[in-house]
Amino acid sequence: MHWIILPVVLPAMVAPLIGFVMRWDITLARSASVATTILLVGISIGLAVMASGGETFLYKLGNWPAPFGIVLVLDRLSALMVLLTTVLALIVLIHAIATGWDNRGRHFHALFQFQLMGICGAFLTGDVFNLFVFFEVLLIASYGLMIHSGGKDRMRAGLQYVVMNLAGSTLFLFALGTLYASTGTLNIADLAERIPQIPPEEAALVRVAAILLMIVFAVKAALFPVQFWLPATYANAPAPVAALFAIMTKVGAYAILRVHTTAFGPGIPGTEGLAGTWLFPAAIVTIAIGAIGVLGARRLMPLIGFSVVGSMGTLLVAVAAFSPTATSAALYYMVHSTFAAACLFLIADLVVSRRSADRLIPEPATVQNGLFAALFFAAAIAMAGMPPLSGFLGKLLVLDAMREPGVMGWAWSAILIGSLLTILGFARAGSTLFWKSTAMTPEADNSGLEDVAPPNHATALQVAPSMLALAVLAALAAFAGPVSAYLEDTSAQLFDRDGYVAAVLEQPEEG
Amino acid sequence: MSHEGTLLIIIALLPFVGALVPGVMIRAGRTACAWFTAVPTALALIMLLILAPDVMRGEVIQAELQWMPQLGLSASFFLDGLGLLFACMITGVGLLIILYARFYLSGDDPMGQFYTYLLLFQGAMLGIVLSDNILLLLIFWELTSLSSFLLIGYWKHLPEGRQGAKMALTVTGAGGLAMIAGMLILGNIVGSYNLTDILQAGDQIKASEWYLPALILILLGVFTKSAQFPFHFWLPHAMAAPTPVSAYLHSATMVKAGVFLMARMWPALAGTDAWFYIVATTGLITMVMGALIALFKDDLKALLAFSTVSHLGLLTMLLGFGTQAAAVAAVFHIINHLTFKAALFMTAGIIDHEAHTRDIKRLGGLRHLMPITFLIGTVAALSMAGIPLFNGFLSKEMMLEEASHTKWLDSYYVVPVLATFGALLSVAYSFRFISHVFLGPVRDDYPSNPHDPPAGMWLAPALLCTLVIVIGVAPFLADGIVRAAASAVTGAELDPHLKIWHGVTPALWMSIIAVLGGLVLLLLHRPLDKAWIATPRPEAKAIFDALIMSVVALMRRITDATHNGAISRYLAIFTVASVALGWIAYSGSGLSAPTRELLPVPIVIAVGWVMLVVATVSVVVMHHHRFRALVLIGIIGLSISAGFVYLSAPDLALTQISVETVTIMLLLLALHFLPKVTPAESSGAMRFRDGIIALAAGGGVGALAYAFLMRDIETISDYHIANSYEGGGGTNVVNVILVDFRGYDTFGEIIVLGIAGLVIYALMHALLDGPAARRLKNTDYTQDRSRDRHPLMMVVVTRVLMPIAVVVGIYIFLRGHNQPGGGFVAGLVIAIALLMQYMASGFAWTQERKKIEYHTMIGLGVVIAALTGVGSWLAGRPFLTSAYTYVHLPPIEEFELATAMLFDLGVFLTVLGAVMLMLYSLSRIARSAGETVNEAAMDYDPGEHVEDAKGGT
Repeated sequence: MHWIILPVVLPAMVAPLIGFVMRWDITLARSASVATTILLVGISIGLAVMASGGETFLYKLGNWPAPFGIVLVLDRLSALMVLLTTVLALIVLIHAIATGWDNRGRHFHALFQFQLMGICGAFLTGDVFNLFVFFEVLLIASYGLMIHSGGKDRMRAGLQYVVMNLAGSTLFLFALGTLYASTGTLNIADLAERIPQIPPEEAALVRVAAILLMIVFAVKAALFPVQFWLPATYANAPAPVAALFAIMTKVGAYAILRVHTTAFGPGIPGTEGLAGTWLFPAAIVTIAIGAIGVLGARRLMPLIGFSVVGSMGTLLVAVAAFSPTATSAALYYMVHSTFAAACLFLIADLVVSRRSADRLIPEPATVQNGLFAALFFAAAIAMAGMPPLSGFLGKLLVLDAMREPGVMGWAWSAILIGSLLTILGFARAGSTLFWKSTAMTPEADNSGLEDVAPPNHATALQVAPSMLALAVLAALAAFAGPVSAYLEDTSAQLFDRDGYVAAVLEQPEEG
Repeated sequence: MSHEGTLLIIIALLPFVGALVPGVMIRAGRTACAWFTAVPTALALIMLLILAPDVMRGEVIQAELQWMPQLGLSASFFLDGLGLLFACMITGVGLLIILYARFYLSGDDPMGQFYTYLLLFQGAMLGIVLSDNILLLLIFWELTSLSSFLLIGYWKHLPEGRQGAKMALTVTGAGGLAMIAGMLILGNIVGSYNLTDILQAGDQIKASEWYLPALILILLGVFTKSAQFPFHFWLPHAMAAPTPVSAYLHSATMVKAGVFLMARMWPALAGTDAWFYIVATTGLITMVMGALIALFKDDLKALLAFSTVSHLGLLTMLLGFGTQAAAVAAVFHIINHLTFKAALFMTAGIIDHEAHTRDIKRLGGLRHLMPITFLIGTVAALSMAGIPLFNGFLSKEMMLEEASHTKWLDSYYVVPVLATFGALLSVAYSFRFISHVFLGPVRDDYPSNPHDPPAGMWLAPALLCTLVIVIGVAPFLADGIVRAAASAVTGAELDPHLKIWHGVTPALWMSIIAVLGGLVLLLLHRPLDKAWIATPRPEAKAIFDALIMSVVALMRRITDATHNGAISRYLAIFTVASVALGWIAYSGSGLSAPTRELLPVPIVIAVGWVMLVVATVSVVVMHHHRFRALVLIGIIGLSISAGFVYLSAPDLALTQISVETVTIMLLLLALHFLPKVTPAESSGAMRFRDGIIALAAGGGVGALAYAFLMRDIETISDYHIANSYEGGGGTNVVNVILVDFRGYDTFGEIIVLGIAGLVIYALMHALLDGPAARRLKNTDYTQDRSRDRHPLMMVVVTRVLMPIAVVVGIYIFLRGHNQPGGGFVAGLVIAIALLMQYMASGFAWTQERKKIEYHTMIGLGVVIAALTGVGSWLAGRPFLTSAYTYVHLPPIEEFELATAMLFDLGVFLTVLGAVMLMLYSLSRIARSAGETVNEAAMDYDPGEHVEDAKGGT
């Protein structure tokens, strides 16, 4: 039964060892980090299998009964998110090691493991204050990763990242204070039980708490108007870190799904519809900002960053409906967009590290131009939502779920026009990077007799993570049927509030 | 699934599987590569021919694989007459193109890539014509756009190729997206995405209020794909692709996808006024306009491109008529256009390949130099002109016949006259193609020596020309396939009989007018051409480019203006949003009645409150002077601690005081390396704005706090208070909450602290490797330094204080479980004691006496805390379950041992380690700023001087 807490405890134990015992030997640190991540993937597969039956598992920390102690809750959704995190982490980690990024600053692997611990902890917890704690863990670890290996622009972007997110954390505390003062509890299931008992005409405080929490999560999910930090952060972070951050925005989306469905969600008179009303227009604007940014980008990394913003918009449009159908569409799109974004950053890293910078200007073609072009093309069509990869199916699912009159027009136009701008932006970027470059001749090599440096070919290990991410996207498309069946169950379980409350609060005493 | 169904799925998948082959087989040579590309295509064609007899009998072969039932998406395929016709065209022409491209591409072109793209396209195109599910069809539809993008941009070093590729992708991509919306609406009307269902629900669709939006959206996709006015402009620019691509995608197959879809959807969508006026009119305009522009194009491929536009318009118009006879004509013309146009493109490619130019004005007289090419080109062009005995004539007659009795609005003349005019132009440019390229005298200024190409290159067009003549002479041979396809289009059993002679009909007269008029136009071409060149026309590419450029520029401006990196603005927006949404949420409901009375304010508290307010306002006013601001912040912190004491929260007060002390000390040290004054960065107006925002936010938080302080609520804390001693073994509820009830939170928080230490350490290293290090070195700090950095008095006092502080720390740690205190505070107290040593005696001196590394201390702390948690697993309990017992060891009184204390030890170590690591990082910065390292504890050690004095005597 201790399996549930392993995704938190394992990296929490390994990270200090890597950071303090193994810090002088990169090989040792790498081995430990990779081994841990592989173990985590195994554990999360196990958890997903456990949860797939539909049972909600409870882990009572300190053996205190909920809601008085903290509980971890494993259901299909949290299992899915943990699995998503660990698989992504393994891909990113291999890339970071193969490209040597991990060795360009201190403590990469320790921070990486702490980061995993924070993300997994946030997905598994059943307590909003504990969610805050893990938000802190993942924020501080991500800040460390974000500024890994330093540099002026990175430091500046890192400062913005951490300041914006600390502001979010402060608001989180205000929201939690208000929530506790108006409900007397912090356990999500207990909230779900207590909030419906508040008379709707006396719900002002809990409504404030709900909306403030939504803003807090929106900061993480890069939703308009608090998305400003994301493009610069992703653009200046080390590429593997940016790839890992693909899951960070999903933490925000997950938190909205979990808290605003279970605690404030449909059917609760005081707070019903509050989040969706504001989430929807904000998500529409977010799509627009993303698409506009993609087309207007001057550099490759911000371009990808903006495409992440746009994909978060699409995801949250579906989330805002707070209905089981739309949620399962959102979940499919979430899995897809996580890997698509990560894949783009990894591929961009392979390309940019062989160019002078990531500015979208023609430069002589790099080695393996064809390979990089093919990878970029595949990842870009995934991100832009073109077939045959999962992006197209995800987009169709979201569109299909948005049929409410009054919602349809906005959602469809935003998503479809946004797709067009994104496609155009990626086509322009790819054409400049991979096509125009072939018309340029490298500057004359003065050295004559001896080659200064052998062309920097990407090794198989450097390309493998990007390919792996693409393979995941392809598999997601090929097995769309079974995957969405699972996600439908996931979403049904999420909307079964009574089942969740019963599982958490009325758990029979264990021996 | 039936045997036929399996074959069908194999046909659909073959090209995709085959696409993997050429990229590899190119290593075996170009010819081998071509052969291996031909195999999947040929196999697909053979399988189609095996299925053909059944289909011709009117059977529909179906196959279905489940894919995503939740969405209504299934990999289902069906093969009827229309699908068979197109599938045969795609694979058949595909084979010819593979052959042609083998000889067309030069040795420098990456042929493996070309064939891979080509097969990908072929698969996508086959998918479109075989799909029995409109979502699946959409997937293939978008795939054709993508593969076409790759093929147009194949010569990636050429700007025309890149621009043409982007333009084609933009236009067809936009149409594709509109079509997604249209198809989803259509599926919604019918309740199924299955084509078979949709085709049978025609009446239901046309009666729906959503019919028109769906129609328009779908037609947007169709018109962009099939290059209909006003979206036709991308097609000529797509001609930057290698000629085999132009012949295959942009004349024979892909551009016909739009036409195909109209034919496919004919039973579901056609037959309404909206259909007629939108589709037929667009087709008519496109036909005439395309033909007119074609006449004046000098580039052979451009001429053919606009002629293709024109013929696509013709097909669109026919389908738009919505009559069965028109549908038959359309189907027949699809076949005929395919044969002659593909042959013409290949001819153009041959000429380009041999003469190194495609400019008609630089050609002429090739008849003598390239007799075979001349023959092929002429046959195909005559067919295009619609001359009897060539197949183009037959379908054009049928078109004119249909046009002759079509009423547009109230006029019986508009359609026939314009159709005849279009046909006339078509004759003119076809004749021009023959006469200006092949006829006339041989010139001596060709860029290269033209001669007939190797057989491999002319074989494919020759084959097509044979078809042109065979069908032209014996049209009944095509009866079967036309019947099958047209029946599939209309959904009715048709039995057309294709023949050359229909008697003297209006169509014949229209044809005669067209041919004669065309000849006249050709004779007048020179003056007309001059007039054409002199007439200003909108240049589609310039408009498109300008549009894209301005859109990109606009997007860039928006992005730059909004994401300008001004953190103060981001925060202002964040704050405004929070306040506004908070207010909106609040005003949507009300509060419960307050249950508490306001307490009287004692005078001491009022004074404290005023002090707090004054200090806070002073920070705002004086924050430019950083040291002053820091001192004021210290005052605020202490006032808050006092507040905690007043409100009976000694634990909080203790923590607050020690945290305050440590942070202020560290900040003071850090400030040493920073400018002492913050520059003013915002204008008065901005400060005013920010002030308002800050007041609103502060007021909001205050109001919120007031609202909930006035109300009682039943909380889970009651349980904590009740169970603290019995369950947690401690009487200090705060500490039991921290290390037991919510020990997991504390576990997370000490990790945050540990990570912070790590990050600061990593950050320090990153900074010292960067430009900041240079700045540090070059800044002169000597002025700020005291002469006596480590004064005797301070050294002595801190050393005396040290053991006392340590004892206090241990005391606080031990009493924590029952009285105010605990590992966190204890860690801070010890840290303060050590900090004082460092400050008094210098870092190096202290460092030497340090036994445990700080990194290790943090690591040990986290691991001890975690192990404490894991330890409970051994007892079969969850993580962090506590246990305690009472021990009596004489002579000490009975005392308690709790696992929670072990956990608290972890907290203690982490806190201490993190603080000291921060201090260490600061001292590293100090050393790199040029600070000298002291060996001794004091800069001026009186003891040494005494020794010196003694030694001296």
